[in-house]
Amino acid sequence: MSTVSVRDVRVAFEAVQVFDGLSLDIDEGEFIVLLGPSGCGKSTLLNAIAGLLDVAEGQIWINGKNVTWEEPKDRGIAMVFQSYALYPRMSVRENMSFGLKMAKTPKPEIEKRVTRAAELLQIVPLLDRRPDQLSGGQRQRVAIGRALVRDAAVFLFDEPLSNLDAKLRNELRVEIKRLHARLGKTTMVYVTHDQIEAMTLADRIVVMREQKIQQIGTPDEIYHRPANLFVAGFVGSPQMNFIKGRIENTGEGLSFLASDRRLSLSHYPFATTPVPGQEVVLGIRPEHLEISSVGIWPGFTVDIVEPMGADTVIWCSDALGSLQVRTTGSRKAARGESMTLHVEPNAISLFSADTGDRL
Amino acid sequence: MSAAEPQGRRPRRLTIGRIGVYAFLATSALFFLLPLWIMIVTSLKPMEEIRLGNILALPAAMTFDAWIKAWSSACTGLECNGISVGFWNSVRILIPSVILSIVAGAVNGYALSFWRVKGANVMFGILLLGAFIPYQVFLYPLVRIFSLTGVYNSLLCIVLVHVIFGLPTMTLLFRNYYAGLPLELFKAARIDGGGFWSIFFRVILPMSTPIIVVAAILQVTGIWNDFIFGLTFAGRQNLPMTVQLNNIVNSTQGERAYNVDMAATMLAALVPLVVYFVSGRWFVRGIAAGAVKG
Repeated sequence: MSTVSVRDVRVAFEAVQVFDGLSLDIDEGEFIVLLGPSGCGKSTLLNAIAGLLDVAEGQIWINGKNVTWEEPKDRGIAMVFQSYALYPRMSVRENMSFGLKMAKTPKPEIEKRVTRAAELLQIVPLLDRRPDQLSGGQRQRVAIGRALVRDAAVFLFDEPLSNLDAKLRNELRVEIKRLHARLGKTTMVYVTHDQIEAMTLADRIVVMREQKIQQIGTPDEIYHRPANLFVAGFVGSPQMNFIKGRIENTGEGLSFLASDRRLSLSHYPFATTPVPGQEVVLGIRPEHLEISSVGIWPGFTVDIVEPMGADTVIWCSDALGSLQVRTTGSRKAARGESMTLHVEPNAISLFSADTGDRL
Repeated sequence: MSAAEPQGRRPRRLTIGRIGVYAFLATSALFFLLPLWIMIVTSLKPMEEIRLGNILALPAAMTFDAWIKAWSSACTGLECNGISVGFWNSVRILIPSVILSIVAGAVNGYALSFWRVKGANVMFGILLLGAFIPYQVFLYPLVRIFSLTGVYNSLLCIVLVHVIFGLPTMTLLFRNYYAGLPLELFKAARIDGGGFWSIFFRVILPMSTPIIVVAAILQVTGIWNDFIFGLTFAGRQNLPMTVQLNNIVNSTQGERAYNVDMAATMLAALVPLVVYFVSGRWFVRGIAAGAVKG
């Protein structure tokens, strides 16, 4: 059974229509990440689930109940915001108990839940401080604690780590993942534009663009079998290489052909039967290109070398453009050096040049 | 002139331009301070000394008689109880007017910026339009409305007028301030189960101290200095200090008691003066807050 179900939702902003009947089902205990560039509608969707935004059409179900017309507080959700949104004039303890006080929860029960959440997040020593006496990481921890005490079935995170510096972001990311594991059956819906957060946290990623869902899948599927050119280009850093070409029927089966570069497609699992002569885009991740003396594509020269410690990205170019190749950090290369590349044929993706969809 | 190697702090030189700027500033300061000086000095002189005509001179025989007379026994028309009557009238008008107009403005601004009431922008536009129509246009219709409802010429009437006319500015002030608060704070409070009033009183109002101070300054000075509304709506027994001051200055028989007039004026100006001195920093901040975002 799904805890959160979004059914044919449309949202109207003044005159602008957002979402053309968007649907999404989220299972109990699942960690779902809504990923996309800014303006793709991921935060709008989250706000609609939270009830902070009225939907114009469609339904929203949470825990088997139609909550489309319910107030946010009655939906069984808790939410964590990018700007922490702590009440500045209240202590940490008051911040965390505010919602329970509003719900007229008995005092001992409030005390119990706040203490439990504070222990879980290791913020017990901060309980009597004001938000302005806390660091960014501590504030976000308190904000998570405030969500935690609500004992909600669904947690909504709206870019919770975007205001933190890189180091803290990594720490809290791990902590959120641990929290999800420890809470067990709590469903989490997490909005971010950071693909690392999406890949590391999600059970399933929902990639969005221009108010439309592009692909729903596990991080593995999203990364290795992107549904279209947008998903392929948005996820992965350094970016996937794209080569324009067409499909040819040679003697030993179908091949990809770009100028004089050729790649056999005899093992490629086509979703739709390709037509010889069709214009396509070949996508290959930098780690699936290899610098090798027995490579199939000779004639590249090294353009730029980017050492990143653990690995090194080498930009190899030829007349058709540049390709990024990811090698081990110990690999040295000099600008202008000539290279031969080997392509891992099982790791490629093919997209239609017209629609951008995966073939 | 030695061409020293530039190093460390750049030397400051007094140029002619700079001297000009200082001279201009000093003159302007004197220009604005002069009336105050004359007022204070004159009010402390006996009439004999004033007749000599040295209006800038310090008093030779300093006396507070004029102040005492202005406060307690100067004549405002037929009654001779000084300006103290007007002072207390003004206080009685001021306190409820300031409190009510700030409360109304805060609630308005809160509703307009957070709750997205249907037609909020149109309503706000109309409210602002009201602020740009000259007061004189409202006077006669308001007098008719109030006399029809039977509240004309009363304390309630003048307080109502001040609240109504304070509404556009107060709403604008609070709306702009609240527009600067993060919307996520409001969303968090909604998820925590706060309603319209509980979010206002528990979350928003505790964060509003700076803007409440600014609003109070604007309203205190504005309402204290009001003349025409007081004259029109307050009724004989509630006339504010400004109207009484005018009566004192204009109703003297025989020789004009300049020292009493000046003392009475100083007394009337005391409240705004104190407010400015105490709160200058806040006042500027408030004006800037109103000006930057619109």
